Amino acid sequence: MKFTLNWLLDHLDTDKTLYEIVDKLSMIGLEVENVTDKSEKLKDFIIAKVIDCKPHPNADRLKILSVDDKSGDIHQVICGAPNAKKDLIGVFAKPGMYIPGIDLKLEVGDIRGEKSFGMMCSERELEISDEHDGIIELDQNAEIGTSFLEWSGLNDPVITIGITPNRADCLGVRGIARDLASAGFGELKSLNIKNVKGTFKSPKRFVISDELLEKKLVPVVTSRYFKNLNNSKSPKWMQQRLEAIGQRSISALVDITNYIMFDLNRPLHAYDGSKIEGDKLEIRFAKKNEKITTLNEKDYFLSNEDIIISDAEGADDLAGIMGGMRTGVSDETTDMFLEIAVFDPISVSKTGRKINLISDARYRFERGLDQDCPEWVHNYISDLVVDICGGEVSFLEKTGSGPNWSREITFETQQVINLTGVDVNEITIEKILSDLGFKINKNKEKWSVLPPPWRNDIDGSADLVEEIIRIYGYENIPESKLFSNDVIPKPAITRENKRLFSVKSLLAGRGMMECITYSFISFDKAKLFSIDDIDQLIISNPISSDLDCMRPSLFPNLLSSSSKNYKRGEESGSFFEVGPIFIDQQPEDQINKICGLRYGTTGFKDWTNSNRDYDWLDAKADAEAVIRLCGLDPSKTQLKTFDTNIYHPGRSGIFSLGKTIIATFGEIHPLILRKFNLSVNVVGFEVNIENVPLPKKVTSVKKLLKLDNLQEVKRDFSFIIDKTVLSGEITRCISSIDKDIIKEVRVFDLYEGEKLEDDKKSLGVTVFLQPKLNTFSEEDLEGYSKRIIENVSSKLGGYLRD
Amino acid sequence: MQDYDKLKNEVLIKIKEANSLDDLENLRVQVLGKKGSITSLMKQLGSLEPDKRREVGQILNSLQKNIIKSIDNKKSSLEETFLNKKLKNEALDITLPTRPENIGRIHPLSKTMDEVISIFAQMGFTVAEGPDIESDFYNFTALNIPQEHPARQEHDTFYFNEDENGERKVLRTHTSPVQIRTMEKLKPPLRVIVPGRTYRSDHDATHSPMFHQCEGLVIGDKLNMSHLKGCLIDFCRIFFGIDDLPVRFRPSYFPFTEPSAEVDIGCSRKSGELIIGEGDEWLEILGSGMVNPRVLQNCGLDPNEHQGFAFGMGLERVAMLKYGIPDLRPFFDSDLRWMKHYGFFPFEQTSIHQG
Repeated sequence: MKFTLNWLLDHLDTDKTLYEIVDKLSMIGLEVENVTDKSEKLKDFIIAKVIDCKPHPNADRLKILSVDDKSGDIHQVICGAPNAKKDLIGVFAKPGMYIPGIDLKLEVGDIRGEKSFGMMCSERELEISDEHDGIIELDQNAEIGTSFLEWSGLNDPVITIGITPNRADCLGVRGIARDLASAGFGELKSLNIKNVKGTFKSPKRFVISDELLEKKLVPVVTSRYFKNLNNSKSPKWMQQRLEAIGQRSISALVDITNYIMFDLNRPLHAYDGSKIEGDKLEIRFAKKNEKITTLNEKDYFLSNEDIIISDAEGADDLAGIMGGMRTGVSDETTDMFLEIAVFDPISVSKTGRKINLISDARYRFERGLDQDCPEWVHNYISDLVVDICGGEVSFLEKTGSGPNWSREITFETQQVINLTGVDVNEITIEKILSDLGFKINKNKEKWSVLPPPWRNDIDGSADLVEEIIRIYGYENIPESKLFSNDVIPKPAITRENKRLFSVKSLLAGRGMMECITYSFISFDKAKLFSIDDIDQLIISNPISSDLDCMRPSLFPNLLSSSSKNYKRGEESGSFFEVGPIFIDQQPEDQINKICGLRYGTTGFKDWTNSNRDYDWLDAKADAEAVIRLCGLDPSKTQLKTFDTNIYHPGRSGIFSLGKTIIATFGEIHPLILRKFNLSVNVVGFEVNIENVPLPKKVTSVKKLLKLDNLQEVKRDFSFIIDKTVLSGEITRCISSIDKDIIKEVRVFDLYEGEKLEDDKKSLGVTVFLQPKLNTFSEEDLEGYSKRIIENVSSKLGGYLRD
Repeated sequence: MQDYDKLKNEVLIKIKEANSLDDLENLRVQVLGKKGSITSLMKQLGSLEPDKRREVGQILNSLQKNIIKSIDNKKSSLEETFLNKKLKNEALDITLPTRPENIGRIHPLSKTMDEVISIFAQMGFTVAEGPDIESDFYNFTALNIPQEHPARQEHDTFYFNEDENGERKVLRTHTSPVQIRTMEKLKPPLRVIVPGRTYRSDHDATHSPMFHQCEGLVIGDKLNMSHLKGCLIDFCRIFFGIDDLPVRFRPSYFPFTEPSAEVDIGCSRKSGELIIGEGDEWLEILGSGMVNPRVLQNCGLDPNEHQGFAFGMGLERVAMLKYGIPDLRPFFDSDLRWMKHYGFFPFEQTSIHQG
């Protein structure tokens, strides 16, 4: 909502300054977004006349102007504007002045051999508009030698405030003035309304359809007919104010209706009376697919829930949203039929939303308007129209079931302190409410409060408290500590979430960058990472087709990130994300996962040659680290190769507990890399953290540590064995011989190659044996060695290498 | 006797003159070895008379000890010289760079979330959660935003297609639906905060289609706006680490609170640089208000018995303000350069006591 200071002062008698007013507006809930005051920048610009215009001898497009600013001197000005001509009255700037629109201090110039002592300005040069096709041309009655600022009205500061959806009443300047007056910033001036009776009966009238009457969707429609009007230009003050708030001046009648909308927050509709077919305008639901052409020259096809206004020829007005093309007012209009109505806000909102038509009228109607105003506004506007356009006014016509805004709210003044902690006395409460237009009936402790017809938002006692405290001042609310004795801080996050936090630190500590990426991706990419149907994850109004589906996996975004960084020249990178993926639309279908990717080498090329390519082992290590941190020993899970289209089928694995997948890892499948335009090695992992069981007991006590006193013994074995036998099978085979004694089996060597048969490999393992009561004797150790060799041989077909 | 002294002096001179461990070892063998000069003399002792044997024996013993000690000393000194020489030759260019190491970073939003939680945890809040894909009821209706309410249009909601029951889910436009879910599930008194992902169909320099909010909800029986004010002033001052940070409450409107307030912090903008905590300008950082009685009723709570307040803030915004991150868009871009610069080392603890 924009308005000018002088416009506000039409309604408010106050001695406060602009900046006091601006501060106060924000503090009573009318947040000031912007104040534009051009007076300082434009104060030196003078209205001047071109008294001679000759061509420049050395340039075709330039002219030599003689400019008279009534200073006594005639100034020679070189000007390139196509519209520069003799007798033009415009805006003159002298050398030494600052031109805001081009950020330049003007100097005496020499343009192709001719001196220039100043310039005639365009609108853009004065920051009035973006217009720069020519210099400003003023009316011939503009007084030469006077201040352009005052003549133009640009000395009136423009204030922009953000109006919250509940404050429809402040979509008009008068409502803002009323709020300021209630807050002690002066007196609300009374409007000068004459009782215009009219001199004839209107030849046109409104009829409301039975259906609308019954549903009470059009409570009031009032109208008046004007004839013998002269629809020329509106007065200068009105044009200036409308232009200051960004509205183009069109014609007197259009300007007047616009002006009243911003002044009194009352949208009106003006028909050209001579263009209305027949003697009545019917307000009714549209027929199915009924077509309407509105003032913005667009066609809309309506449904039978949209309220329209129709003459004998058909629909030509979208009630409360926009008038029709056919019956609109033009410069030639001499007869005007003026409608002031109250329409159901929900109906207006539904229609507007459905056809996606935004207008100042709809914005106001759907927020709810003063339901009591049609009659007095008619009197106010009739006076204004006759004053500006002449002509005669008809009697007032009125139809509808009547507005029904009156309601009572039970209120106890005690509620103010209960809800705000501020003890506002009853006299102050009463004054604030009365100033805002509320009526109060006092019955003992309980008051009965009647909101004014322009406050449709007020529907309970909490609303009244808000009105009182916002005017009384939020700065008067005391502060009470919430750090109180009755609450002992306890862990704020669940154990599940604590685990997620720890994982982030772990992975960052392992050299990975934490990413947070969009929850939506493209459907095509989503499809690559889901074996299930994902149609239910499609967003019906995505911001772009790249972001039209909820992600079923964290991989796609991290792959895109890798791709982007790689293309930018980052030879290697490691990323992870801890975040949600989606399976379906229910709350339980949103699952937190942990995913990480590494591409390129472990480090940059360096003099120690320590860097190497990331491989599947790095991804496996990441996955194991996460699982371990989550409280699960990876060796207690089952590890198998994992065949999906995400990973390299021979270089990927899956950790599981029974049928529950705990984690996957591996080299990313080359076809996936191709889809993401990645021509570098990429490995990754994903942990289903929600599947990793939380340790059951919630206790700070750790399991008791038992240290063995006897020295453990290490023995190395090298087996020749079929390539198909997994190292994990061998280590498990050995461990299972005696779990108490054999503490660990560690792979230290793997050889495949020429020295062995094609289908064989050599695997070296170190076995850690822990004596319990006595140190091992040579025979004990021999015995274990024998059993180890026998077991590997009988169960897996391996034999000791020579 | 003379002979022994002579021998001793000769040997000691030889020890002194030894230049290498090898020379010294040879000398030791010559003197103390099986066939060494002193060893030979020792062997001859047996042929002496008892008295003489004792006398000479003592002399030889002392001589032997003396020589062993000298050899050992010389050995240490030679070893030290040798080692020093060796070390000198081993000198390297210590300005050479170390082997490459990678340290990752925690995203500034994670850090911010952690900090916000840590501050509210001190006030007895716990974290609550809710789904990103929400029903229309939780996201709007229960929060007193009925179907045709103008406030709905300001939310730029993402929708899913209608399901078989004709229900149309939304991506939550704010974390406020978790207020409802919490009040339905838990009994007052309540103190919860809800950090999480939120979505609005808006994309430009200052808006991202996905962003993060942190909601707060406090329900008790005697809570009023003074508690709201105290709680949020404390939060702002602790979060920004400025004890006298100016905090201003301004009337506003949210359908689910009544009265509602926006919270501004004091700042200055001198030549484009934003400084928080000084100056005469204001920066909006929080929305808040007393929970609307209708919302309480929607959750089955009696507004005459329970009363409380709610608040919400944009986490990107407070992160940008606190850490001086100028632009919103790179938050979700995963640009390595941005993450290295604005991210945090994983070893820094977030807590009030560590600041």
